[in-house]
Amino acid sequence: MTFKKTLLASLVGATLSLPLAAIAQTDDVTLRVAYDADPVSLDIHEQLSGGMLQLSHLTFDPLVRWTQDFEFEPRLATDWEQVDDTTMRMTLRDGVTFHSGNPFTAKDVVWTVERLKRSPDFKAIFDPVASVTAVDDQTVEFKTKKPYPLLLNLATYIFPMDSEFYSGTTGAGKDKSEIVKNGNSWASTNVSGTGPFKVTQRQQGVKVEFERFEDYWDENSPGNVDHIVLTPISENATRVAALLSGDVDFIAPVPPNDLERVRADEDVKLVTMSGTRIILLHMNQDRVEAFKDPRVRQAFAYAVNQEAIADRLMKGFATPAAQLSPEGYQGHNPNLEPRYDLEKAKQLMKEAGYEDGFSISMMAPNNRYVNDAQIAQAVAAMLARINVKVDLKTLPKAQYWPEYDARAADLMLIGWHSDTEDSANFYQYLTECPDPDTGAGQYNAGMYCNPEIDKIVAEANLETDREKRSQMLQSVEKALYDDAAFVPLHWQDLAWAAQDEVQIEPVLNVMNFPYLGDVVVTQE
Amino acid sequence: MIAFLIKRLFHALLVMFVISVISFAIQDNLGDPIQQMVGQSVPESERAALREELGLNDPFLVQYLRFAKNAVQFDFGYSYFFNEPTTDVILRHLPATLELVAAATFLIVTLSVPIGVYSAIKPRSPLSRLFMGVSIVGISIPVFLTAIVLIQIFSIGISVTPFPETTGWGSWLNGLLSTEGGMPAYGRGNDLTHVVGTWYTNFASWDSLTYLVLPAISLASIMLPLFIRLIRAEMLEVLQSDYVKFAKAKGISMRRIYFLHALKNTMLPVITVGGVQIGTLVAFTILTETVFQWPGMGLMFLDAIERSDIPLIITYLMVVGLIFVITNTLVDLIYGLVNPTVKLTGKPA
Repeated sequence: MTFKKTLLASLVGATLSLPLAAIAQTDDVTLRVAYDADPVSLDIHEQLSGGMLQLSHLTFDPLVRWTQDFEFEPRLATDWEQVDDTTMRMTLRDGVTFHSGNPFTAKDVVWTVERLKRSPDFKAIFDPVASVTAVDDQTVEFKTKKPYPLLLNLATYIFPMDSEFYSGTTGAGKDKSEIVKNGNSWASTNVSGTGPFKVTQRQQGVKVEFERFEDYWDENSPGNVDHIVLTPISENATRVAALLSGDVDFIAPVPPNDLERVRADEDVKLVTMSGTRIILLHMNQDRVEAFKDPRVRQAFAYAVNQEAIADRLMKGFATPAAQLSPEGYQGHNPNLEPRYDLEKAKQLMKEAGYEDGFSISMMAPNNRYVNDAQIAQAVAAMLARINVKVDLKTLPKAQYWPEYDARAADLMLIGWHSDTEDSANFYQYLTECPDPDTGAGQYNAGMYCNPEIDKIVAEANLETDREKRSQMLQSVEKALYDDAAFVPLHWQDLAWAAQDEVQIEPVLNVMNFPYLGDVVVTQE
Repeated sequence: MIAFLIKRLFHALLVMFVISVISFAIQDNLGDPIQQMVGQSVPESERAALREELGLNDPFLVQYLRFAKNAVQFDFGYSYFFNEPTTDVILRHLPATLELVAAATFLIVTLSVPIGVYSAIKPRSPLSRLFMGVSIVGISIPVFLTAIVLIQIFSIGISVTPFPETTGWGSWLNGLLSTEGGMPAYGRGNDLTHVVGTWYTNFASWDSLTYLVLPAISLASIMLPLFIRLIRAEMLEVLQSDYVKFAKAKGISMRRIYFLHALKNTMLPVITVGGVQIGTLVAFTILTETVFQWPGMGLMFLDAIERSDIPLIITYLMVVGLIFVITNTLVDLIYGLVNPTVKLTGKPA
């Protein structure tokens, strides 16, 4: 019966697929991209998220951008110099035009930074910037409130917008530059940047179409793609199927369960990189008295086998972590290793007087991070070995975050990517003493508080000497490790896949901003 | 008739009212929409301001009254994600779903009637047994599995190599069992034809029709076995009835008995069940649409849940309630046409 069914199936398939073979060939190179979601808006200041930054790199150019090995590459800024502790001067690229035809000058940079400081999502990370002034058309001067070592990191977020295009009022009398979260602002549907691609058509949730900008300034860019069609395919299996069947040319992310399948296919290629998003567990000291004892926290850290999770559960698609900072970050301390040791964990529990263990509640999302619910289950099983009984509840992300904000469980899972690609961002959000007024420790669900560590972080944030700053941040990682402030699990790897003729390797990076303007599609 | 329709209109309004109250009551459990709108590092003060601006801090009754006041003027609020009125969003997604359901219904009707009738007339023939066997398998396979298997076979393609490639027959069999793939695996394609308003159709060109094939087959696969079995069972029962025996005795040709006299009575319960099931199809194409990323209402609804897009969720649920009332009404009307002894208003004839 199955034989007959397959036979029939292949006959039907053969007849149905015939007309598809005759697809017309054109000289234009179109890159069909499928991501798990499409950008929520065309206003790049409306939301600070990976998707919006990916869009920014298509339609705009930053002042500087990251290379694959965490160096700064000049884009719209060609040169920069530190004038004094709080002043930096940047020289801007000459002869750059916006999609609208307006020339790009220093006033656009000033206008953009001022708008960033008004954006609810960006204003916090641009807070250290006191002022930006245009010295002349080709030079801008940044002044920071205090000495600030991360100004170039911030510059990767400054995608100059066309100030003339975005100024004035619409027919309905609304300000064209306004940033509206929930509503139809002018900037959310109109765009003029300096980037390699113009938006030609967009249907929210269905697709975005881009066309190469004919007057793009970067004539050295090897990129040869004329059109991009970006389609959101949220279902993992369908996204992979679309690539394997040749319906799309480039997909991200590739789900871990399909890695082998994609790798085995001869017509497509898979690229993976160790990522920068740390997955960790917070142990809430306000809810569980035992977590105030560092020995109990250490016992938890010893009881969790990061290598096993990364190897077996994540199928090697994760890098086991013993700290927050991934390799390449200033704070990454190469001496810290995952420390799984069950005997040690049991002994520490005994010393702390919890030999018989205790019961705790645990919550984790089930659709936010790769295999998040399974990771939580694995951790619960590992903790059972030191007699800790875990009552685990997993939730969809939409329901998880309100619970997280309410600190609703004793053990909570979170993943964090540093917006500034710098270690200090981790400490600011995840380990600083929580203070609702300043927003410090906003995601510190462990309620861990060590003023001495916070002091070193604060000093490091004023230290402009790279070498010294790196030493300070590494000592912070060591202190957090010794104190077992949290249970680190792993850095989630990144994976992309594309048809063989699409040369994606050179344009990918751990920030997950594929520089599609520079991508080359080999033609026969 | 008019009285019947007016009564149904009130039903619809009542259903929509109840749905809206229930969805409003549970909206706090649907997640925090603010979380979806802002980046993770946005401070709590900014979130609070946005929450206040959207009126999410108001008590339940205030929020509901505000919603109800607008709703009676057909304003169901703005989708948080699409930044458009929720009714516009739904109207834009509705045609895709309706076309998918129409295609699936077409498959169901054209296949289930002949197969069902055939296996009732010849219950012992090997072909009937095959149909019944396949339909048992079909009814037990979940739709997303059917969908993924279809994608693997027809979109990606499979290569079969168990037979010796060197021999002529082995190579022939391998070739026969392998598939090329090439069918579109997702979405509606780029070649839609505009009909009217928000309606773009897949039916107008061969190329866009190919996009419809796999989703329609998977969607039909849930209902098809059910209909085959239903028609077969009804037909078997009718064939036992006295009037069929009498017709046979009278010497009327078997073809006329089967397809004119018996089939008519077979279809009565099928229409009742069928109408309600098609209504269910419209409302719950969620799984099929998700696997094929078919941009219809089901996929839209699932995304809305993921994004905590509460206004859209509520409007969708109300629209689904409305669709159920409408299909039930239509079923009753058709039933009245097919069986004149049934009176819609319930009064004796």
